[in-house]
Order: sequence, then structure tokens, then C-alpha cells
Amino acid sequence: MPAGLFWFLAALSILAALGVVLQRNPVHCLLALVLTLLAIAVLFIGQDAIVVGFLQAIVYAGAVMVLFLFVIWLLNLPVESGPTGHLALKLFGTLAVAALLAELAVFLVPSRLQLKFSSAHAAGYGSIDALSQTLFSEYLIAFEVTSVLLLVAVIGAVALARRTTQAELQERKEASARVEKAA
Amino acid sequence: MNPFNLAAINFAWLPILPLITVGIGAIVVLLAGVRLDDEESEGLGWLSLAALAVAFVLTLGIVGQTGVAFAGALAVDSFSAFFELVILIAAAFTILMSLDYAGENHLAGAEYYSLVLFSALGMMLMASAGDLIVIFLGLETMSIAVYVLAGLRRRDPRSNEAAIKYFLLGAFSTGFLLYGIALIYGATGTIKFEAIRAALTQPMMSNPMLLLGLAMLLVGFAFKVAAVPFHMWTPDVYEGAPTPITGFMAVGVKLGAFAGFVRIFLVNFGPVSMHWSQALWVLAVLTMTAGNVIAVVQTNIKRMLAYSAIAHAGYILVGMTAAGPEAGSAVLYYLLAYAFTNLGAFAIVVALERRGSVGDLIADYRGLSSRSPALAGAMALFLLSLTGIPPLAGFMGKFYIFAAALHQGYTGLVVIAVLNSVVAAYYYISVIVAMYMEEGGIDTGRLARKPALVAAIGLAAIATVLIGIYPAPYMSAAANAFNSASGEQAMRAASLNP
Repeated sequence: MPAGLFWFLAALSILAALGVVLQRNPVHCLLALVLTLLAIAVLFIGQDAIVVGFLQAIVYAGAVMVLFLFVIWLLNLPVESGPTGHLALKLFGTLAVAALLAELAVFLVPSRLQLKFSSAHAAGYGSIDALSQTLFSEYLIAFEVTSVLLLVAVIGAVALARRTTQAELQERKEASARVEKAA
Repeated sequence: MNPFNLAAINFAWLPILPLITVGIGAIVVLLAGVRLDDEESEGLGWLSLAALAVAFVLTLGIVGQTGVAFAGALAVDSFSAFFELVILIAAAFTILMSLDYAGENHLAGAEYYSLVLFSALGMMLMASAGDLIVIFLGLETMSIAVYVLAGLRRRDPRSNEAAIKYFLLGAFSTGFLLYGIALIYGATGTIKFEAIRAALTQPMMSNPMLLLGLAMLLVGFAFKVAAVPFHMWTPDVYEGAPTPITGFMAVGVKLGAFAGFVRIFLVNFGPVSMHWSQALWVLAVLTMTAGNVIAVVQTNIKRMLAYSAIAHAGYILVGMTAAGPEAGSAVLYYLLAYAFTNLGAFAIVVALERRGSVGDLIADYRGLSSRSPALAGAMALFLLSLTGIPPLAGFMGKFYIFAAALHQGYTGLVVIAVLNSVVAAYYYISVIVAMYMEEGGIDTGRLARKPALVAAIGLAAIATVLIGIYPAPYMSAAANAFNSASGEQAMRAASLNP
């Protein structure tokens, strides 16, 4: 990856991240976040992590952000006039940011910082081919069990959210009568 | 592109056949339920029992094996077989208890049985896990199914409360577990138990990242087995959940969680037990004492059994503190004895309960002996076994654990545990006093119409007596199971202890 492209994307992602915090309109914040994620996705691809880069673009910049957008529209959020919340919240927020900055400063001292814009890897490193070989051989069990786990979650969600039956309504009445009696 | 080489990852049908059977059973039950009304769900229960029975037979094939499959992801040994068999029995008892209960309480029929099977699948995965990822995935499969099961009485606010509380705290505790897994991976560079065991050299054990990871794992497991001070959710969740599910949580979830807990701590981190046994010592004392003392003042039988379950987790932690093969076998035996006894006790709570949680109070048990002598007799048997009265299963379990702890020099811990057993006798026996010496209470209804429930109570009672008066085969099975998982432990322990 050319050094110029790296610096451009790095600057772009930081500027966009600032935009997420500083914009007042929630939809503008969200669009800035999409820009950050896309810039980072290209950075991943530049480091030969091709699958991770594409997943970042498809899953985060695509699916998750659309979900965010729906939630924002659903809640009909007002335009923020400035930072809100308790004084204590602001205080601890400031402290946390200061701590993170201090940590970054420790780790980003020039002696430790070794910028490499291209890395030498074996052919096929980070490709979808290599990933699927690992996923379907070494981690076969984990991969299959994950799909069972997702199935369980879906069944559970449907079981809890499905339509109420008459019998259940009756039970509800009895239960609240009991709670009132007890109280 | 290379074709996938299944031989290279040590593909084997043996360990996954029981898992696949339970998983397919869960899906078939769900699909069959589409055509049925909830009131006709009993057939689905029998279908689930059939799936569990087939899985039970298939699991017997694993007994006596020693090794790993799927590139180390699954452990194929008697340890996993032992836990899987007990988990399958616990799930079968839960379904026997539910056959009438689910219909009476309008629980969503197909989803109910399907989720019980999926949860059992998660527990079995925890028991046979060969790496930390499978432990985590098994735990999540088990937990998510149980979160939903706890809230299935959707129109009862207490059931809603139970599900939300269990879900939020459970998710929180899973975070700890996952963080622990990440730190251990960071320190050792592997998630596979075999490789972790090989990496546990003396300089590695002074690595703070590894110790912190171990501590996080401890917190995660302590939440799941309801050890004090991570037990806050237990009474409310046990009270609000449908009663057969409460029994399933008190036995099945504990079996699954302890299977992972024992495999990680006693087996794989066993040679370095001096680094974690003090923490477990404190946990054991707190858990026993708080569980027993708070149980004394309970008036609701489900809450009382919840605190009793906490106290029993404390006794098991005594065995884990002691570490070593003797304590390991004792813990496995204890879990077996505890499973049958507790399932029996919960089956009786189910029998006495009317629709909408009438009959949950200890006061409702007054005079039970005159109305239903057999039921009262069985309840007395289970409560005496939980107290630890010879010759019942609970006594032998406590005996083996305390003996193992004494041999390892934990005299103080055993004294505290015995004192706790005395406190426990008070609240267990006060229920027996209510059943035999007091008047009042509620009618039990027509039990003869519930053959499945009667069968569950009968089988649990027989097992409680049998495991107690003739413990040798079960104890040797427990010892074989533990030793097959920790085969080379003795040698490694000698080279590691300073």
C-alpha cells in the first residue's frame, strides 16, 4: 500500500470520526461513521487482510449502519443542542478520554512505532480461501455449533414474541389478581 | 484450491453422534409441533424422550475412550461420557415432569420441548469440549435456551422478571468468561486444552495475563453455578421460572457448568492448583454459609430449594478446592447423587403445584402425609438425602467430598462444611415436620392421572436410595471418568510443584 494512500485514509478516518462526535444531526453522525468504517476497511485491504476488509464494509458499513438508521428514524431523535447529561457523567467522560490519550501517548512513542505500509505474507494470506480452509477444518465444530446457537436464539425470540392465546390472557388476569391480593 | 482433508482434523462420528441426535430431535420436535395445538403437546414430549434415549445409547459408545477429535475441539473420553449421560437423564426427567405441566400452564408446546433439547445439547457440548471456544459456545447455547424457558409463562409477571434478570446477569457473566478466554489465549497463544496444559510451565504461571484470565474464568463459572457472591439472580429466577424448568436449571445447568468448570480447573489447571485453590476456598465457604443461612428463613419451597442449590454448589466447591484425582472423582459422584435427589424434589413441587403457582409455599405441605402418604414419603426421602442422612445418595456424596478434602489437609474447610450441614438439616427437616406433624395445606389432586410425573418421582427415589446404599459402581465410574480426562496429570504435577 503506498504511503500516501495510507496517510490519506488515516486522516480521512480521523476527520470522519470527529464528525461522528461533533455533528448535531444524528443522521449526519451516522453518515460520518459510515465514512470512518469504509476508510478503515480500505486500510485493512491494504494490509492484505482482504476478507476482514470486505466484512468490515459489508457487515459494519452496510448492515449494522442501516439498522442504526432505522432505529434513529424509528425513535425520531431530535437534533442535539450540545453535550447533555449529569456533571458527574461529563467529569468521568473527560477522565476516561484523558486516560485513553495517555495510553496512546505511551504506546505511540517513536521508538515503538514502526510504520510498515506493506507486509510480506505467504500467497493467499487473508484470502477467503485460507479463511474457509481454517473455518471448515480446524474450527469445524465451533462453526457448526455457532449455527445451532443462532437457531436457538431465533426459536427463543419467536417463542417469547408470538401471538397471545386466550388461555394466556386468562392466566394473566389471574396472576395480576394474585399479585394485588398479596400486596 | 485444496479439498478439505477430514482425516487431518481427526474427524470422528463417535463423539458427535449423540450431539447430532439431540440437535435433530430438537428440530424434529419443533417441526412436528407446527401441526399441533399447544394442548396436544404431550406427543412431542414423548418424541423428545425418544431422542434423548437414542442419544443415551450412542453416548455409551464413548465410555472408555481417551483422546480428542476435530483438531482438539472435542474431547472423547469417559469424562465427557459421564457428564453427557447424567445430563441426558436430567433432561429426560425434566420432560417427564413437563408432560402434564406444560399443557396445564399453556406453555408454548413445541418450543418448550425443543428448547429443553437444545439446552441439553449445549450442556453436552460443555461436557465434551476440548477447547475454550467450544466451552463458550456450549455455555451460550445452554444459557440462551434456558433464558427463554424461564420466561415461557409469558403472562406471569414473575416469569417475565425471572427471564429478564437471568438474561441480563447471564450475559454480563458471559462477558467475564469471554474476557478470561481472551486473556488466556493471549498468554498461552492457544485455545486448545492440550496445548494450554503443555504451556503451563513455572515461568508461565507467573504471567499476570494468564492469572487474570483464570480469575475471569472463575467469575464466569461462579455466576453459572450460582456461587456466592455471584448468586443474586438465583432465588428470583428459580421462583419465577416454570417449575420443571427450575428443576432443570438447578440440575442440568449446574451439571453443564460444573463439567466445564471441573475440566478447566481440576483437569487442565489441576497441576497448578496452588494458584487458584485459595480463591475457591473463599468461594466455597461463602457459598455454603450464605446459601444455608438464608434458606432457613424462606417460606416458598422453590426459593428454599434455590438457596439449597446454592449451598450444594458450595459443597462441590469444597471438593474442587481440594483438587487432585480423589476430590475430582468425589465431585463427579456428588453431582450424580445431587442430580437425582434434586430432580425428585422438584418433581414433587410440580406435583403439588396448581395452575398459577398455587402450592409453592412450605405451608401448603402441611399434613401432606395424611392426604398422600407416598408423596410425603418420597419428599421426606429427597430432603433427607439433601441433608446428608445415611444411607442415602446425598450422604455418600458429602462423605467422599469431605474425605478427599481432609486427605488434602483442608481440615478447617471441612469443619465449616459439616457445621453448614447441621444448619441445612434445620430447614430440610422443618418441611418434613410440616408434612407429618401439622394440619392444613392444600389438596394434591388426582395424581393417578399423571403417570409420567409419578414415574419421575419413583425413578428418582429408587436412584437416590440405590446410589446411596451401593455406591461402589457409581464411584468407580466417577473415578474412571475423572482419570480418563486427566490421564497424564500425576507426572506433570510432579514436575511442576516446587
